[in-house]
Amino acid sequence: MKMSGAQMVCEALIREGVKTVFGYPGGAIMNVYDEIYKQNGFEHILNRHEQASVHAADGYARATGEVGVAMVTSGPGFTNAVTGLATAYLDSTPLVVISGQVPLALIGTDAFQEVDAVGISRPCTKHNYLVKSLEELPRILKEAFYIARSGRPGPVHVDIPKDITAEIGTFVYPEEISIATYRPNYKGNDRQIKKAAEAIRKARKPLLYIGGGVVLSNASGLVREFVLKTQIPVVETLMARGVMGAGNPLLLGMLGMHGNYASNMAMSETDLVISLGARFDDRVTGKLSEFAKYAEIIHVDIDPANIGKLVNVDYPIVGDVATVVGKILTELGDINTDRYQAWREILKRYDELHPLTYHKSDEVIKPQWVMERIGELVGRDAIITSDVGQHQMWAAQFYPFDRARQWINSGGLGTMGFGFPAALGAKKGHPEKTVINITGDGSILMNMQELVTASEYKIPVINVIINNHFLGMVRQWQTFFYDKRYSETDLSFQPNFKALAEACGGIGYDVTTKEEFDRALKDAIVQDKVCFMNVAIDRLENVLPMVPAGGALYNMLLEHKDK
Amino acid sequence: MQKVRRVISVIVMNESSVLARVSGLFAGRGYNIESLTVAPIPGSELSHITIVTKGSPQVIEQIIKQLHKLVPTFKVIEHEEMIEKEMVMVKFPIEENLSDIQALCGAYNGGIVNVGVDMVIAMAADEPMRIGHFIEAAQRFNPSEVVRGGVVAIER
Ligand SMILES: Cc1ncc(C[n+]2csc(CCOP(=O)(O)OP(=O)(O)O)c2C)c(N)n1
Repeated sequence: MKMSGAQMVCEALIREGVKTVFGYPGGAIMNVYDEIYKQNGFEHILNRHEQASVHAADGYARATGEVGVAMVTSGPGFTNAVTGLATAYLDSTPLVVISGQVPLALIGTDAFQEVDAVGISRPCTKHNYLVKSLEELPRILKEAFYIARSGRPGPVHVDIPKDITAEIGTFVYPEEISIATYRPNYKGNDRQIKKAAEAIRKARKPLLYIGGGVVLSNASGLVREFVLKTQIPVVETLMARGVMGAGNPLLLGMLGMHGNYASNMAMSETDLVISLGARFDDRVTGKLSEFAKYAEIIHVDIDPANIGKLVNVDYPIVGDVATVVGKILTELGDINTDRYQAWREILKRYDELHPLTYHKSDEVIKPQWVMERIGELVGRDAIITSDVGQHQMWAAQFYPFDRARQWINSGGLGTMGFGFPAALGAKKGHPEKTVINITGDGSILMNMQELVTASEYKIPVINVIINNHFLGMVRQWQTFFYDKRYSETDLSFQPNFKALAEACGGIGYDVTTKEEFDRALKDAIVQDKVCFMNVAIDRLENVLPMVPAGGALYNMLLEHKDK
Repeated sequence: MQKVRRVISVIVMNESSVLARVSGLFAGRGYNIESLTVAPIPGSELSHITIVTKGSPQVIEQIIKQLHKLVPTFKVIEHEEMIEKEMVMVKFPIEENLSDIQALCGAYNGGIVNVGVDMVIAMAADEPMRIGHFIEAAQRFNPSEVVRGGVVAIER
C-alpha cells in the first residue's frame, strides 16, 4: 500500500487500537495533523498545553492499562512535553509520544523550532527514536508500542522529521515484532521461587510489601488470593493504593514517609520482606541502614536493575509479578497460617496504639474528612487522580481505595499539575465512571488551562481544590524544619476559582462547610460539565504521621505541637 | 566502600545514538569512566564497546544491569579474566636519540612509525599498566604529544 509518512503514522495508531490521541499541532507535525483531519479511526483531543497532553495520555494509560498516545510539534512543543515524559518514566506508564522534527536536511543547523529532542528525552524515556528514513517508520512505530507496553512499561518517544511525513512510500506494518537485544523475562527463576516459598514457610514475621508493579502487571487479584491463603499482613506503597482494597483485615495501610504507625513498625520488625513490584524508594525506606533491619528480602521485579539497587536481596526473582505470585502460590501448597498469628496480633496492637486518625472538627473542614466523605459519596467506582502535596498524601491515607487503577497520581516525579489532565485522560478511558481530581490551590493553577479542553470536549471531571491558601506541603516542612519561615509559600492572594471555572465554560462551587460540601459534590456528580470545588480547609493542618527525610521508619512524628 | 577497577565489554546494535545512550547513562547516574573505546564488529550489525570503570561492587553491579537495560544492548560481559591491551602514540623531537627511542618502543611491542622533518612518531601496544610505564620512561626523550588509545579487552 502506497501512502505518505503522515498517513503511515495514522494507520499505525489505528492498527494499534488507539482510540484517543492527546496533542497539539505545529509546523513540523502539520502533515500528520492533515491526515488526522481526514481519518476517523481515532479521536484527537486538543489540550491547551503539551504538558497536559502527555499527562492526559498518561492518565488514560493508567486508568485503562492500554498504551497512551500524545502528539506534539518540534521545539517548544516537544520541550513542553518533557515533564510529561519524565512523569511517565518514573511511574512506568506505557506511552508513545510522537513529535515532529525539522526536515532531515536542516537537523543540526539550529533551524527554526529545532531542538535535539532525542537528546533531551533519552534520560527520561524507556527508549526513543529519531526516524531517519520513511522505510523504517512503520517498524519504529510498531517497536515503540511493543517496547512501551512490554517488560517494565514506560514512555517511548518517536521524533519524525517533517519531510519524512510528506514522503510517499510503501506501508508494510509488521505483524509480529522481535528485537534481538530486548527480551524481558516474565517467568521468574523456578529455583529462586522454590527457595522463596521455603523462606515464607519458615518465617515468623513475614510482611508483604507491594508497589505499583502489582498494578502494572494486573496482579491485584492474585495478590489478594495470596494474602487470603497465607494470612500474611500487607503494606502498600503510594503507587499500590487500592490493590488490597480498603477494609481488608490484613492490610496495615501505606508505609513510608507518611505511612501509618503499624505499617512502618511492621517493616521495622519483620523477619521476611516479600516485595512485589516495589522499588525501595527513599520516600518508602527512610534511613536505609535501619530499613527492615531484621529481615531477609524476597524481591520480585520485572526490572533486574531494581533488584539490589538499594538494599541487599536474599531471594532475587526477575519476572512478572502476576506470573511469579502464581508460581509461589502453587509452590506453597497448603500453608499453616497459625504460624503468623502472634505477628498479626503484635501488628494489631500497634495499630490500636496509634491508629491513622485526625482531630475531627465541626467548625472547619478537615481535609481528611473530605477524603472520607468523597469515599462515602462516590465509593468504589470513582477514579481518583491527584496533584502533589498535602492533599495527595491525605487522599492516599484516608480515601477508601478499593481496586487497582482507581488511584492515579504522580508518585515518582511528584509533578504538580499532573492531576487535572490525568483526570481528563482517565475519563476518556472510562466515560462511565465519576472522575475526581483531588488537588491543591497551588497545583491546580499549573494546568488550569485544561478547563477549556474539558469544556470543549465535554469531559466532566470534578476538581476538588483542597484550599489552604498555602503551598501546603512546603509550608509544613517550613513549620517543622525551618522555624516557620514561610518563604514564598503563602498563597493568600487567590484567583476567584468559581469565576475561573465559569469563565471557561465549567461550574464553580465555593465550599466552607460540610453541608455545602455535600451539596456541591452531589450536584457536581450529576453535571455534564467540568467543575471546580473550592474547599476552604483548616489552613495549618499537617500531614501526619511523618518520618523526617532520612530518618528511620520507626522514628515517626505522630503529633506536632502546631496542630 | 572499596572501589574496584573493572573492564566491561558491551555488545550493542551499531546505531548512531548508541554511544550517546551508553555515555549518557554513565554521566546521568554519576558513574566513572576511565576509558571507552568503540568499533564495529566485522561482518555484523553490532559494535563492541570497551569501558574501564571504577566503583564499589554494588555500583559495578548497577552499571552492568543498567547497561543491559538499554534497548540496543545485546550483551554485557564483565570478567576479571580478560586480556587487556592498549596502544599509545608519542611524538618526539628529531634531535632525541632515535636508537634509544627505538629500543624503548621495542620493549613495549612498538617502534618508530613515522619520521618527519623535525619530529618522529613512535607507538607501543601493551597492557594498560605497562603503557603507563612506557609513558613514564618516554619522558626523558621530551615527548611533545602523547595520545593513548583507551583499553580494548577480550575474554580469556
Ligand atoms: C512542578 C512542581 N514544582 C514544585 C514542586 C514542589 N512542591 C511539592 S508539594 C508543593 C506544594 C503544593 O501546594 P498545593 O498544590 O497547594 O498542595 P498542598 O500541599 O497545599 O495540599 C510544592 C511546591 C513540585 N512537586 N512540582
